[in-house]
Amino acid sequence: MTLTLTRERGATTPTTPARPRRRTRGRQLGVYAALIVAGVATMLPFVWMLLGSIKPAGEILADPGGWLPHSPTLDNYRQWFGALRIGTYFRNSVIVAVVTVLGNLLFCSMVGYALAKLEFAGKRILFALVLITLMVPGVVTFVPLFVVVAKLHLINTYAGLILPFLTSPLGVFLMRQFMRSIPDSLLEAARIDGAGEVRIFARIVLPLSGPPLATLGILTFLASWNNFLWPLVVAQNQDRYTLPVALSLYSTGEQATDYGLLLAGSVLVITPIVVAFVALQRWFVQGVATVGLK
Amino acid sequence: MTALGPAAARRRQSYVAWLFALPFVAVFGLFMLVPLLSSVLMSFTDFRSSDVATPWAVDFVGVEQYARLFADPVFRRALANTAYFVLLGIPLTMAVALLLAMALNTGITRFRAAFRVGFYTPVVTSVVAVAVVWRFILQPDGLLNRALSGLGITGPDWLHSTTWAMPSLIAMAAWRNMGTLMIIFLAGLQAVPAEVGEAATADGATAWQRFRHITLPLLRPTLLLGAVLISVGYLQFFEEPFVMTQGGPLDSTLSVTYFTYNQFGFGRYGIAAAASYVVFAAIAVVSLLQFRLLRAKE
Repeated sequence: MTLTLTRERGATTPTTPARPRRRTRGRQLGVYAALIVAGVATMLPFVWMLLGSIKPAGEILADPGGWLPHSPTLDNYRQWFGALRIGTYFRNSVIVAVVTVLGNLLFCSMVGYALAKLEFAGKRILFALVLITLMVPGVVTFVPLFVVVAKLHLINTYAGLILPFLTSPLGVFLMRQFMRSIPDSLLEAARIDGAGEVRIFARIVLPLSGPPLATLGILTFLASWNNFLWPLVVAQNQDRYTLPVALSLYSTGEQATDYGLLLAGSVLVITPIVVAFVALQRWFVQGVATVGLK
Repeated sequence: MTALGPAAARRRQSYVAWLFALPFVAVFGLFMLVPLLSSVLMSFTDFRSSDVATPWAVDFVGVEQYARLFADPVFRRALANTAYFVLLGIPLTMAVALLLAMALNTGITRFRAAFRVGFYTPVVTSVVAVAVVWRFILQPDGLLNRALSGLGITGPDWLHSTTWAMPSLIAMAAWRNMGTLMIIFLAGLQAVPAEVGEAATADGATAWQRFRHITLPLLRPTLLLGAVLISVGYLQFFEEPFVMTQGGPLDSTLSVTYFTYNQFGFGRYGIAAAASYVVFAAIAVVSLLQFRLLRAKE
């Protein structure tokens, strides 16, 4: 009975009657309630991080499950900016991330252009190698990579932190796939006008490749900023620690139980990336979707 | 520019193309291909950290290395732990991500972007940083147990219990990774035509029937892709135990990648390389499975 009724209603009356609309609204409220609960649960660790970071050490130890700070203080942050030299680690993280991003943008798009639009001997082999290494997990190359970097005397140098990540097979793949969609006629026209390949690449191909460059830039920055294991083994001196390395060493060292200090450090490590994410969220999300759906 | 003959033009383009490829080839060759090839060789030798200066003086162990590896109870433990993490972690992460994606796809418009940002934030944050707060929440008298005691439950010392340490890490991994899958599933859901669901509703299909017989089948390729993507990451499971439990207590959260890292620390590079190839093999199998399944779909 209900079945036929609904069907008729759907077939004849274009306007939705009152009852289903109320039901939809009720359902929407239910969805919102569920989303709010899930959202609060997801954000809880961050809220807790922020609240804990302004508590004095004694208060945290006395009441590890407590919420609001009784006597809020910025001492933890002061300590990071003072004695713990967070400026150095921040600078190192920025240098490594920026150079890594620039290198990936330039070098991956250069080889991407060659693979997408130029003919050359060895092209198929080169692309096959890129595809194969896409599948290789980092753990496989980790040990010999360390040996190579050690042999080149790059331990505890910026070069040692940056060079292994200066290009990536994934970046090459992304750029090549996108550049294949650029019409050949556009490039041919420029060639007939006497433009060389470098000029065509810089003036035509790169300006058209904004979306994949944004994706690659964001993914590379994210990976570099949060990279942990490699800098942990390569940066052996405080001068070269990146933020995650410094934080992890403090959280296993003498300060292991100084939770207020560690929580403040955590806030300082994640704030730049969260700010960038919120500001550029459309691009972040697009990037994940592109890579996921390649 | 003078007109070149076709052969000369082709040679010229080949030369220019290699110049474009040069920086990548140099970095890729030195920091990817050389380590990759040496790792294959290393995995069959007893290469130790002391052999770095004279890499050709090592002894060839061959397949014996892998036999030794699989005979090691610690490695077998690591294999079992990794399987535990993957088999429980993947369904959990996928289910949570799918629920979130479906909730965001119900046609709500207000705060949609805000929710998306919220659920995705754990993905962009450093594991070292979030580990600090998670360790703290999971303390015996921490936030979680405080909440549980409100319900009359006495929570365990999560990270120091051989039973509960791994589930704690799985929960944390799901929290960190659900955002990625949510975005991918959301894109998949948006490709499902709304009319199909509406037609089913008109025919009296319940929400569960619509989900079971329309959404799930249409979403199959997306779900599969998400499963492969997340399994590649989960099979290399390392950071969570490294920052939360150091593989303990009693190796109960030691993963294969962590085992590799430990062998590297002990200077036993050969056995470390062999163990890493076990991870690689698992990932290769998963990837091949993906190709087979996706092709079967077409």
